[in-house]
Amino acid sequence: MKLYDAAAVLRSKNSGPFEITVDTLFDNAVTYNKIKQSGVINKETISELYNIAPEEITQIVFFDQALGFKVTFARGVSSGSFLDRDVYGAQQHAPLMELEVEV
Amino acid sequence: MNMEEYKVLAPCGMLGYGFPKASFQKGMEHKPDAIVVDAGSTDAGPHKLGAGTAIVSRQACKKDLELMITAGAAAGIPVIIGSAGGSGARIHVEWTQSIVMEIVKEHGLSDLNIAIIWADIPHEAVKASLAAGQCEPLNMTVKPLTEERLEATTRIVAQMGHEPIVKALEAGADIIICGRAYDPSPFAAAAIHNGFDTALSYHLGKILECAALCADPGTTKDSMLGILKKDSFIVKPLNDKRKCTTISVAAHTFYEKDHPYLLHGPGLILDLEKCTFTEHGDGSVEVRGSRVHETPIYKIKLEGAARTAYRTFVVAGVRDPLLITRIEEVEELVKQQVQEYFDDISENDYQIRFINYGLNGVMGQLEPTPTPGHELGIVIDVVAKTQELADMICSSARSTFLHYGYEGRKATAGNLAFPFAPSDVPFGAVYEFSVYHLMETRDALEMFTCEFIQGGSR
Repeated sequence: MKLYDAAAVLRSKNSGPFEITVDTLFDNAVTYNKIKQSGVINKETISELYNIAPEEITQIVFFDQALGFKVTFARGVSSGSFLDRDVYGAQQHAPLMELEVEV
Repeated sequence: MNMEEYKVLAPCGMLGYGFPKASFQKGMEHKPDAIVVDAGSTDAGPHKLGAGTAIVSRQACKKDLELMITAGAAAGIPVIIGSAGGSGARIHVEWTQSIVMEIVKEHGLSDLNIAIIWADIPHEAVKASLAAGQCEPLNMTVKPLTEERLEATTRIVAQMGHEPIVKALEAGADIIICGRAYDPSPFAAAAIHNGFDTALSYHLGKILECAALCADPGTTKDSMLGILKKDSFIVKPLNDKRKCTTISVAAHTFYEKDHPYLLHGPGLILDLEKCTFTEHGDGSVEVRGSRVHETPIYKIKLEGAARTAYRTFVVAGVRDPLLITRIEEVEELVKQQVQEYFDDISENDYQIRFINYGLNGVMGQLEPTPTPGHELGIVIDVVAKTQELADMICSSARSTFLHYGYEGRKATAGNLAFPFAPSDVPFGAVYEFSVYHLMETRDALEMFTCEFIQGGSR
């Protein structure tokens, strides 16, 4: 299935004006652990989905207590300056939603 | 005084966003020890800091503050406002101060002690710090802070920690208007001042600065109560519609942060990796195990915005299938024709870009499926050194695009559908975060001066 079918929350937002952070949260430990252990969430996957260099990805972290993982990457253009397209960074999650996962 | 419990009431996640009176009243019935609200955010971009404008309207800010200040005065507890006016620079703090003074006067509360903590950082201080190698960009994409960019920066603020706020509380402040603050600091300060654990106080602050956002359903427009104990804290919604769950509270630290459990603040790193979360069955959640690591050097986060250009834009639609298939190519040709026509104007003085909604408008280069729909929304976005130049170039780009005779065109009467007349919108100044740096300081208080004013007069 797609990651958006497996996740309870899948969203993006600025983490400061120079980064975008994408959160994926699950509502059950079974799905969360399967996806965590599958190893599919890694720099290669993210860099392919977003067409960005792996060096631009600053964090990929799982947090067990919250049943979620976070992906943070550098913005090409800082929030609100010329050439920006998404001041709040709130609509940059769609590529991750489309990821095929096994649960 | 050795308190067993310390209660903080957070009316809403952003001063001026409003909150149900009933929730706030319910919070007051718990006899809180402080009312604290965050008023700041960089979410909306650099414009607010650069132009010195507020995030919320004066009326909305006053409406929230009036409830908080009168309730705080009646209960004899401090009211603390973090990152006043949105960006927390002098102009924003003074804007907030004038609202506070109006409320104090209208309600006969002139005996209240009002403290103001300034967070403005002089350009010279940043310059000296850069020269000494004690000021570094926070992210890899922050542009180098050249002398020219520093000069173009209209104002610089730094995020304060809890220390200056604790000092104001020690000096007997009833109302504290903070300039730019690390969002959790004002909440943490109130608790730390009363002897509670720094890590728990900050973690609670991190949650309360968004008020009821950590509940389910979450919102910044409702009140939340935090109850600190010696080795834990409890977060409690004040509206029966909302409940906190272990997941909703654990997941809250994901929000708008680069890392889910390591949070960098002034002089510290909050480490929430080993936290445990327990539901109490009444919609509240108890948190244990928050840790804090002090950094060896006390560094503060600087924010500064520079005016980089002036903008004029046009919104238009394209429905012609022939044009849609070659839209980016035509836009490039339009741009070239404008540049050729204005060959007497330096190409460094202006820039033209097209945003194509329905193709890749939201994500640009990051868009994995740039497949056009049956119609496109186009923004012709022009920035230039002056507003006049932006107007002129935009007008030319619009008319050139409208009539451009691209190869294979059948619709020879016009290429664009404008929803509005006139079509061109002169927008005003465009800003950019020119300063987003970490600066070393001697201590937590060095850059943040506190000033006391009496409720009635200055």
